[in-house]
Amino acid sequence: MIASALSSANLFGLCGASLAGFGLFIVIIHASLLRRIVGFNLLGAGIFLVFGAIARRGAAAGFDGDPVPQAMVITGIVVAFSATALSVALLLRLFGLTGRAAFDAPPADASRQDET
Amino acid sequence: MTLGLDLTLIAGLLALALHVVIVRDDRNAVVAFVAFGLLLGLAWVRLYSVDVALTEAAIGGGVTGVLLLRTEALIRPASAAPTASRRSGGALAAIACVLLAGGLAIAVLSFPNPAPTLAPEAAEALGRTGLGNPVTAVLLAYRSLDTLLEKIVLIIALVGLWSLAPETLWGGAPELHPTAIPEPLVYLARVLPPFGVLIAVYEFWVGADAPGGTFQAGTILAAMYLLVLKAGLRPAPEVKRTALRVLVAGGPALFLAVGFLGFLMADGFLSFPDGAAKPLIVGIEAALTLSIAGILSLLVAGPPSKAPAP
Repeated sequence: MIASALSSANLFGLCGASLAGFGLFIVIIHASLLRRIVGFNLLGAGIFLVFGAIARRGAAAGFDGDPVPQAMVITGIVVAFSATALSVALLLRLFGLTGRAAFDAPPADASRQDET
Repeated sequence: MTLGLDLTLIAGLLALALHVVIVRDDRNAVVAFVAFGLLLGLAWVRLYSVDVALTEAAIGGGVTGVLLLRTEALIRPASAAPTASRRSGGALAAIACVLLAGGLAIAVLSFPNPAPTLAPEAAEALGRTGLGNPVTAVLLAYRSLDTLLEKIVLIIALVGLWSLAPETLWGGAPELHPTAIPEPLVYLARVLPPFGVLIAVYEFWVGADAPGGTFQAGTILAAMYLLVLKAGLRPAPEVKRTALRVLVAGGPALFLAVGFLGFLMADGFLSFPDGAAKPLIVGIEAALTLSIAGILSLLVAGPPSKAPAP
């Protein structure tokens, strides 16, 4: 039981689960929008790694891993990249229009502005 | 022995992710993310997914890294200003993230045994296509609809990116190279592309039977083209040019056309006639590689920033 829990597939699957947690934390907690895009990529990388663990577990028919999840991860990496490119372009446009690249306190919040 | 290697890789990955969480400036975080992408490529090799490893190293580490580093340089005036990096509710967010990670971990540890797998079905499809690389066969024959839709997503992202340009610049060229181009960059941009193109052609050709394929080859081609653009050896193309649009849409259009031919020559949409599968797949892959190279380099180049020539 312990030996099977220490297999590469399980270890990298657990690593992927933690990475997804880190990524989500960055997306929630950081004000910088660029950092959030990095966090979104970490979150995706973690999910892909869990999927990779599933692929490795599904080794059969003479393959070292189930090729179907592997192919889906390749597709996922490319789609995540196109989402990243689009969100980066949105960020640059926001920066060009407002000069800001982070979420601050909403300007309507008068009490917050008095403090600063 | 290999357990030690796995644990080292995992420790490195988690340390870099933690670094991205806690480090103050964005530039540092982006550099850590690039290193993370390369380590993740090694992790994929350990999971016996060499095709994914090549894609992850090229796209996850390389092209995404270029994109994020360039963005960080452009927005540095804003990110240098002190912003509240911690907002209220940090503890709540941490609890939510631990729950997510814990739930995934339980799912990882409670995989059914024996594991469900589609490998036998994929192996059967592999026999019909005449290909040797199961991942390529899944991408282009067994689950080709996913691959087709993914190309459409790439094109939609590119159209979305272009449409972020101000109206007066629509159809113009993106501006990529800095005003002062360092001499070593020009040297690299003259020396590396011949090797890069050779490696890309090899990756594309070998992808039918061994790890490699369209994305990996297309990403390397895109990287070489971006190097030439960055060094200012060639001006970036205007996005309204017909040749450029044909290049971008050509691969997916050919894929779609062959898909419809399946109705006439084989069992239905996106199925290949027996015996002709391998040449058809290699032909589609050639066109897709060029399209992917074009789309990826244009996605990194960004929206047009110069008005089009009249």
